[in-house]
Amino acid sequence: MSTFSIGRKATSFICLIAGIVLTIVGLGMSIAGTGNVYRGAMLVCGIILFFIGLYLFPTLKHHRSIINFIFLFPLLFAFLVTVIIPLFLGIGYSFTDWDGIRLKGFVGFSNYARMFKQPAFLWSTLLTFLFVVFNMILVNLVAFLLALLCTSKIKGLGFFRAAYFLPNLIGGIVLGYIWQFIFSNVVTKFTGTYSMLSDTNTAFIAIIIVYIWQYAGYIMLIYITGLNTIPGDVLEASAIDGANKMQTLFNIKLPMIAPTITICTFLTLTSAFKQFDVNLALTNGKGSVQFFGNYIANGTEMLALNIYTTAVINNDYALGQAKAVLFFIILAIVSIVQVRVSNKREVEL
Amino acid sequence: MHTKEKTSSVVIRLIIAIIVAVYVLFPFFLLLINSGKVTSDITSNPVSLSGASLSQLLENIKAVINDPNFLFWSSFGSSALITVVSLVLLSLFGAMAAWVICRNKTVWSTVIYFTFIASMIIPFQVVMLPLISTFRDVGKFIGISMLQSVPGIVFAYLGFGGAMTVFILNGFIKGVPYDLEEAASIDGCSPEQTFFQIIFPLLTPVITTVTILNGMWIWNDYLLPSMMLGQNGKVMTIPIAIQKFVGSYVKSWDRILPAALLAIVPMIILFLIAQRQIMEGMIEGAVKG
Repeated sequence: MSTFSIGRKATSFICLIAGIVLTIVGLGMSIAGTGNVYRGAMLVCGIILFFIGLYLFPTLKHHRSIINFIFLFPLLFAFLVTVIIPLFLGIGYSFTDWDGIRLKGFVGFSNYARMFKQPAFLWSTLLTFLFVVFNMILVNLVAFLLALLCTSKIKGLGFFRAAYFLPNLIGGIVLGYIWQFIFSNVVTKFTGTYSMLSDTNTAFIAIIIVYIWQYAGYIMLIYITGLNTIPGDVLEASAIDGANKMQTLFNIKLPMIAPTITICTFLTLTSAFKQFDVNLALTNGKGSVQFFGNYIANGTEMLALNIYTTAVINNDYALGQAKAVLFFIILAIVSIVQVRVSNKREVEL
Repeated sequence: MHTKEKTSSVVIRLIIAIIVAVYVLFPFFLLLINSGKVTSDITSNPVSLSGASLSQLLENIKAVINDPNFLFWSSFGSSALITVVSLVLLSLFGAMAAWVICRNKTVWSTVIYFTFIASMIIPFQVVMLPLISTFRDVGKFIGISMLQSVPGIVFAYLGFGGAMTVFILNGFIKGVPYDLEEAASIDGCSPEQTFFQIIFPLLTPVITTVTILNGMWIWNDYLLPSMMLGQNGKVMTIPIAIQKFVGSYVKSWDRILPAALLAIVPMIILFLIAQRQIMEGMIEGAVKG
């Protein structure tokens, strides 16, 4: 019994064969290095034809599997090529003397040893941890207070929520420069000639201020959602039992939004740790500081920016890559610990 | 409520809310007024309206918009093209992959799913350097430029945005009754027809969510395009254009501020139009992601 027309069978086989031939020829030209400008187009057309042929393949039994494969392929292929392969390559490169283009040999852990001898890198790591801790606490605190404000009975709630969220729409580069203007031209009108960005300590505070400004409105929205899930009768019952506002807040609201707190701490932690754009645009890492007897010129440079500067600006790719691997490991450990601790606390509450 | 709230506390809260709103919106106000001034007015009184005029604003914008280091229309076009194509492909391929992963409980689909979830923690920094060298080598090998090109960066966004997109879509598809698909299959629908005619239209709300999340990220992203497109490449996105522009006009605020204004206006307009959807999308994404 034939459920497939001759035409479909023929199209399928022609597409499959043409696809395979084009792919092989395209690849062959690439390997042979003929420099033919059409080799890429041939390769792409070949792969597409192959998929069309596969789709039309006259089978009932395996059709579902073929569709599964075709549906998964585009995203999975992009994911493998852009994330998984570079990840493993990157881990490998961090043990070599890779210069961004070629590598001569393995150097073991010497890149890792080298970065711990750089006072600037150690300072940068310390600074990043400080930044993450300050941000996690301050952003969550500000956001939670704003959420309390925006769930109480005041006029124009919709406007306030939208206004507080607005800075989050804007990319870190642009808002970094807007704030650079404010700190160096507007704030100086009130503080005299002294600019917050010229001193390492105050520049660090400036980065935190900008970050809270950008991020608190977003975290606030999540807290509002959390607060709105608390059933009204619970709050009413506590009011009848005579609980005051503070008691309601600490004994009812906070425990009931524990899952929201977990989400928000996770978001603030990972995003603060990876902070790059604002750091680049606001101070570009500049700021002098004394650190264990060493003079450091990049006193406000956090890890993400340090990695970028090491590899892209100073052209030390192997060292930059080793730092990036360490960065990844720290981030993974910190996130896992945070989620574990929060889950435990959630259960206790 | 059990007790009537005192008017005084409501007024105090309203005042606090207004003060915070003023603080949050003040930078935008400063940006706007100082974009319409000449340098001397910007430095002498940045906070007051004196010296700011609409004609000066238009003049400053005119000077910036065609600057060879900024090329507003061209960078805006590239940003829009990259964002839109990436979003369409991410939603389509993401939904296809999420559907297959969700509806096939095999070892492979589980492995793929958990690899996606685990990969969400990978910071861009750890893959960016090998990514660039791989893309350069592959581009040379097959003769299609992967760096400094729109297809290359769209492909990268497909890879980096895929994990979160699949994760959120997968959570939604789990809630779609399987009976629908069985009924369709009994009625003679092939699997691909079932997906495109029955499942995909049902995904509209969650596709909106992932589109907003991915859109905000891709539109504002700086590091990935700066690595892949470069500062002096043929293609510039808005954040790259701003960075390059500031580098060429150090501290010339009468040029930088109008450029920054131009860069944020499209996003603000979009927010005014689709405010509710954007805010809800961001919350959904955070709570599920």
